Amino acid sequence: MPASNAFVLRVTNLAKRYGQGCPSCYALTGPAFATNICPCCGSIVACHDIGFDLEEGEILGIVGESGSGKSTLVRCLYFDEEVTGGEAFLAAYGKGGVNLFAESSQRKRFIRNHLMGMVYQNPLLGIKPHFTAGGNVAEKLLTADVYNYADIRARAASLLTRTEIPRARMDDFPARFSGGMQQRVQIAKALANNPPLLFLDEITTGLDLSVQARVLDLVKEIQRELGIAMLVVSHDLGVIRMLADRTAVLKNGRMVEIGLTDQILEDPQHQYTQLLVHSML
Amino acid sequence: MGYVAVTGGTAAILRADELVHYYRVRGGSTPLEVRQIRDQQRLAVDKVMGEGSLYAPTIAALALKQAEGDSIEASFILRAYRATQPRRYASLAIDCCRMQVIRRISGAFQDIPGGQILGPTRDYTQRLVDFSLLEERESIVREFLDRARIETAGKALPDSFPKIVSLLRREGLLEDPEEGDRTLRDITRESLGFPYPRSAKLQSLARGETGAMMALAYSSIRGYGDIHPYLGELRVGYVPMYIRHPARPEPVYVGKVLVTEAEIIAQYAEGEKGTVPKLSLGYGLCFGHNELKAISMGILDRAMRSKSACKAPAEDEEFVLYHIDGIEASGFVAHWKLPHYVTFQSTLDRLRRSQALKEESKDAESQGD
Amino acid sequence: MLNLKAIERKGGYNFAFLDENTKREIRRKTLKAVAIPGYQVPFASPELPIARGWGTGGLQVTMSIIGPDDTLKVIDQGCDGGVNAVNIRKLLVKTTGVGTTFDTAAASIIQTRHRIPEEPMSGRQILVLQVPIPEPLRFVEASMAKTREMHSEMDYSRMWVFLYENIVKWGEITIGARYPSLVNKRYLIDPSPIPRWDVPKLHMAETLYLFGAGREKRIYAVPPHTSVEPLEFEDIRFRVEDFSGKACVRCGSDHTYMNEIYGGPGGGKLYVCSDSSRCDKLRAQRGEAKTHAGK
Repeated sequence: MPASNAFVLRVTNLAKRYGQGCPSCYALTGPAFATNICPCCGSIVACHDIGFDLEEGEILGIVGESGSGKSTLVRCLYFDEEVTGGEAFLAAYGKGGVNLFAESSQRKRFIRNHLMGMVYQNPLLGIKPHFTAGGNVAEKLLTADVYNYADIRARAASLLTRTEIPRARMDDFPARFSGGMQQRVQIAKALANNPPLLFLDEITTGLDLSVQARVLDLVKEIQRELGIAMLVVSHDLGVIRMLADRTAVLKNGRMVEIGLTDQILEDPQHQYTQLLVHSML
Repeated sequence: MGYVAVTGGTAAILRADELVHYYRVRGGSTPLEVRQIRDQQRLAVDKVMGEGSLYAPTIAALALKQAEGDSIEASFILRAYRATQPRRYASLAIDCCRMQVIRRISGAFQDIPGGQILGPTRDYTQRLVDFSLLEERESIVREFLDRARIETAGKALPDSFPKIVSLLRREGLLEDPEEGDRTLRDITRESLGFPYPRSAKLQSLARGETGAMMALAYSSIRGYGDIHPYLGELRVGYVPMYIRHPARPEPVYVGKVLVTEAEIIAQYAEGEKGTVPKLSLGYGLCFGHNELKAISMGILDRAMRSKSACKAPAEDEEFVLYHIDGIEASGFVAHWKLPHYVTFQSTLDRLRRSQALKEESKDAESQGD
Repeated sequence: MLNLKAIERKGGYNFAFLDENTKREIRRKTLKAVAIPGYQVPFASPELPIARGWGTGGLQVTMSIIGPDDTLKVIDQGCDGGVNAVNIRKLLVKTTGVGTTFDTAAASIIQTRHRIPEEPMSGRQILVLQVPIPEPLRFVEASMAKTREMHSEMDYSRMWVFLYENIVKWGEITIGARYPSLVNKRYLIDPSPIPRWDVPKLHMAETLYLFGAGREKRIYAVPPHTSVEPLEFEDIRFRVEDFSGKACVRCGSDHTYMNEIYGGPGGGKLYVCSDSSRCDKLRAQRGEAKTHAGK
């Protein structure tokens, strides 16, 4: 792959369709038609023709309303969903020249476990309530082939401390934690294997405002300390403004605009982005 | 060093065998005739045939005699016998419209074409101990039979009845049978993965243990994943069986078997978007006269097809099919009677170690104070 | 060891009870199990006149591989004389007429429940283990459909977390028997409820180990010269049962798996070999030695 800048993640032509599909699916959906449902066959075109580079140490925001395809996009990249088309490359995998989507499920598992971290909106998608907080972090380490008990303990303790989970709660079950605490356990777990790439999917949605602020601060600090590249999905421009260096705007499954976050917020080019920005102000 | 390990298993087993025999006959009464069991313990025999999955009333009755009335033990004996029999033919699909019914009712309709036929049922009798049976003699029975002159099995009734469900289907109120995998799989000769094809699901249910199936079906209708069933139709009667023989062009009649069939109409299905809502069907069929089993089977068949995101136990195919087999369940529950002292020794080793570690950490804490 | 021509009907039943087609099917599944060490091969598991959970899987495997020239040994808890061993031996002898032995070294097929004999075995022998629960992941996941998927992706992280949390809670892994072990660096197996003491015997062995789970309808195998590694952390190792300072009251052996029995004077504790035939052998040898010394 010829690369202009050093990319961490490169995505080209990503498409995801639910339903049987027909030849008109892509032609008759998108912002121009204000829908992602194909009028001919009823299939849902959740994502189509999405492409971008995520650069080293960068936070890329993905913004859009519900149904725009932003969550589907990260779920595809984390292999929770199978793509319908397109390619993705990780600099840390196969020298950036191997299409991740074409790999076997075992290889995909390896990539997920060793090279990616994920934080879902619902903490219980990312952590298991019947494992202890430490056990959840341990799980990520164990999948990344760390088999030294003392090392696992130490790393789990330091990560949980870093995400402000008291050391005394390390061996408790997250089922009894508050939503904000569960979310911080999930972040600790996502960071456990030192991934070069982290996905954050609406991580503050559903949390109290004060808790939201603390979680966002935490993400920002971690990014500064560790320099991890992040893909941050949110419907909330406030979150995007606070975290993202660059931002991509999604609408009806298509990417309508991408650029520096400041520029997107101050001088939106696409009509839909303008609407989005103005509705926030 | 006077210890002698406990052995002598052979002698003990032989002695236990003898004692079983002794306990069966020690009362000194006239030995039970197998025919008596077959005729007068009809429902027990039917249950054993169903769970043993072999239609053989005399052998089932014999197994009941041998097992001193323990129906799971008798089913087990019958099933083990079945495993030694070659499978020479597969019958053609039976047609329950051609059933010679002895009983046929519907709970969903007041009246049905052909009429509700109550038949031999205890449903509307009072469960009072009938002390007159203490004095039942052959002469009394003979007198009753002469006086009653009851005609059964189709002589007084027509040869065929239409199905209630086919009427509903004709009116577009009931969904059509699912297409899916219609091949016939033999669960006794093939190992299958989940999800089971429908033929395998129904086979597993048909040889399931009545009590286990009833408990799961009960859990469903009581509220854990209720499918709101109605009893569309319950039939008990004799169906003719045919096979194909290479030497004959026509199907060959091989005999008739008594079966119970239940068609459970359930709340209309969740269907695909945009399709017309329709009622759906659960199907139950088992050997002999066993209404609770047929109804439970119908409920479970439908419950397992539930598309609910959060599955109740009775809706989880793997949960239901792995736990209703009486032979498997009874074997594993009973196996705890086998010696386990080697593994128990291993458990004790771990427990002592865990206790020692707890003591050590307590000591360490108290030293730290 | 199987000579089809020599097969004859015994007591109204086919040689070794099962019909030839069924045996062939089980052998096919067994070969597959040998070809993919540690992989649980589903099979149809015909009914036997022995209850499910009482050794049917082991019996099915033994019945499908046994021939008239075999010498059979059957043990339960390491003992040839236990009621279940006797019952299983009785069925096999009744339907095959093969010769039996208590001597581990003299047997060509050994069917066992919960133990692997203490005496080393050779490449000419097969050990058939009876398995109640073939799924090592049952500790952490009840659904077979899900565990199948976890095996296919070699996703054993939940088992590892189970072990991690064991240590957090108890200071050490508390699994006694049925210790989860990785075969050929690929598939995790439940080695059947053998004590941890016996697990190292599976590793790079001379003998073929066949595992039959009748009720659960699975066959799996550890072929000779195949690695079998109990799951352990780099710093918290797998440990076998501790019998230090104990010796068998019958043969005096102090390096053997022992049963502890409340049998001493005043309800005191006694230790006795679990492997009864080795214990007897040692006693016989000691007897001979005495005779020699007496001359």
